[in-house]
Amino acid sequence: MAKDQQEALFQQRVDDEQKIEPRDWMPDEYRKTLIRQISQHAHSEVVGMLPEGNWITRAPSLRRKTVLLAKVQDEAGHGLYLYSAAETLGVSREQLIDQLLSGKAKYSSIFNYPTLTWADIGAIGWLVDGAAIMNQVMLTRTSYGPYARAMVRICKEESFHQRQGYEILMTLCKGTPEQKAMAQDALDRWWWPSLMMFGPSDKDSPHSAQSMKWKIKRQSNDELRQVFIDRTVHQAEYLGLKVPDPKLKWNEQTQHYDWGEIDWTEFNEVIRGNGPCNRDRMAARRKAHADGAWVREAALAYAGKQAKKKAA
Amino acid sequence: MTREEALFRAVLRMGDNNLVLGHRLSEWCGHGPVLEEDIAQTNIALDLIGQTRNLLTYAGELEGKGRSEDDLAYLRGEREYLNVQLVELPKADYAFTIARSFLYDAFHLPLQQALTESRDEHLKAIAGKAVKEVTYHLRHSSEWLIRFGDGTEESHRRAQEAVDELWRYTGELFVPDEAEELLAKDGTLPKLTDLKAEWSATVDRVLNEATLKRPADGWMAGGGKKGVHTEHLGPMLAEMQILQRTFPGVEW
Amino acid sequence: MSNENPNNWPLWEVFIQSKRGLDHKHVGSLHAADAKMAVENARDVYTRRNEGNSIWVVLADNIHASKPEDQGAFFDPADDKVYRHPTFYPMPEGVKYI
Repeated sequence: MAKDQQEALFQQRVDDEQKIEPRDWMPDEYRKTLIRQISQHAHSEVVGMLPEGNWITRAPSLRRKTVLLAKVQDEAGHGLYLYSAAETLGVSREQLIDQLLSGKAKYSSIFNYPTLTWADIGAIGWLVDGAAIMNQVMLTRTSYGPYARAMVRICKEESFHQRQGYEILMTLCKGTPEQKAMAQDALDRWWWPSLMMFGPSDKDSPHSAQSMKWKIKRQSNDELRQVFIDRTVHQAEYLGLKVPDPKLKWNEQTQHYDWGEIDWTEFNEVIRGNGPCNRDRMAARRKAHADGAWVREAALAYAGKQAKKKAA
Repeated sequence: MTREEALFRAVLRMGDNNLVLGHRLSEWCGHGPVLEEDIAQTNIALDLIGQTRNLLTYAGELEGKGRSEDDLAYLRGEREYLNVQLVELPKADYAFTIARSFLYDAFHLPLQQALTESRDEHLKAIAGKAVKEVTYHLRHSSEWLIRFGDGTEESHRRAQEAVDELWRYTGELFVPDEAEELLAKDGTLPKLTDLKAEWSATVDRVLNEATLKRPADGWMAGGGKKGVHTEHLGPMLAEMQILQRTFPGVEW
Repeated sequence: MSNENPNNWPLWEVFIQSKRGLDHKHVGSLHAADAKMAVENARDVYTRRNEGNSIWVVLADNIHASKPEDQGAFFDPADDKVYRHPTFYPMPEGVKYI
């Protein structure tokens, strides 16, 4: 079949809401975009374990410690599901990890911000997971089958993440003035970076149009960001916390909140590696990978010996 | 020492052992050698901390002073922690972590098995669930120790060094304190010396399969059961307890 | 996909039976050095929320699949074989249990 015919067939399938499966013909660009996006997503889950992991040993009660451990563990699981989905496109996990560790691949900038107080663990669950879920729910309907299926599983598991974060903040906001100040400080620091998680504004988003056509993405960055703001402002009010945006105001006409301007310079700097924790995050991942090398080798060597014994 | 005091002490010890080891394992979360193993090790940490919560809650009830699981975990100093020193040692490399878990799991499983027949209904109930969890822990640590021992030259060396280093901390597991001695008499706890035979057999079997040498019994460390610890427990607790200590009496 | 690099743990596909009596269903994949480890990793990765009753793992390389380009020849011929379905055979009103 000629390439343009294949391409037309492919687009027809996407338009008909049929999923694309690993062995189907797909445009090279579609494959590349997916590998880039899914692996970025996987890296984000794995690097995302670090800021929260920072508080596992200091969680203030055994219940909180258990919940946080289970949550960070889920993130490892989600990273794994996503690497698996990417592997169906003909790239190995090792290659993807090499790209991360060599600095070639990106991950979500949000994880380059530090977790300075316990309230940050609440803010991450509430805001960061809240923003991530918006994106992930959309992706359960993405056109690539394995990616969509991984997302269904992830969304099911994520549902407790946002709640546990909000619960942490509720407890702090009902607590002492010091605790409430801790919660406000966390919101102040995490609000804008959370909005940045939806990516550049649609007019500056280089890959968006094609991704929408291929139904990899189904809603634009700005659409999702607006829904997130509309939902979250109300939740902040319930906590008695102030969203750090002087321009934030309900607009009767549009039935949405109007809001200020994201500092895109900061966004770009963090992507470029100049966020507060980029170096620490990469150093931690490189160390874990390097320290684990002999472990992975040992398991393989042992498996080889056992297989030989069995064959003999 | 009355039976009640003894039981409080013994239950607290079991809770402390699990909490301190669970904490050490949780330090791997996000830093494991491979994603799959990160998840597996976290499952084990979660089991141990889950058991801790049941045990410390029960200890608080036995004491009758209204202390909760968190009061006991977060507001006792290192001299009041009664865990064996084995579990408090820093996590070091993965061979050390696995070898330590193995030496503890090989003790923990027969302990929990015996507790399923304890005359204390509460411990019996906790053990019913714990036995299944710990069976898996022992399986996990044994298999990894065998992989290391019979893997590469490097993994063999690391595993042997870890076992050699840890050996001196295994004696304390089987030396009963006054509380444990008392409770062994009425069938609340097993006799620790009875657990030793099974532990020893497991250790021999696994070390043998791992092509590792069993170290000779030499001088054995001790003191943890009396609240005399290595220098490693204090900093661990300082980190763990920081919020509860900095903001006393606050809900989290 | 293929495990081209022998220095990496191979990829395994995981099938979980969630309840006795149901099919084993494909849930995803993972890496493990050997089959025993693959089963245990599958337990830890894919049954954390009580989803499991039984686990199968198979080396991804050992799965052979039909090709998308054979789809027509493979599956379309079954399209018009309505006689394989019970509704093809009308039964009179009064006849029961058939």
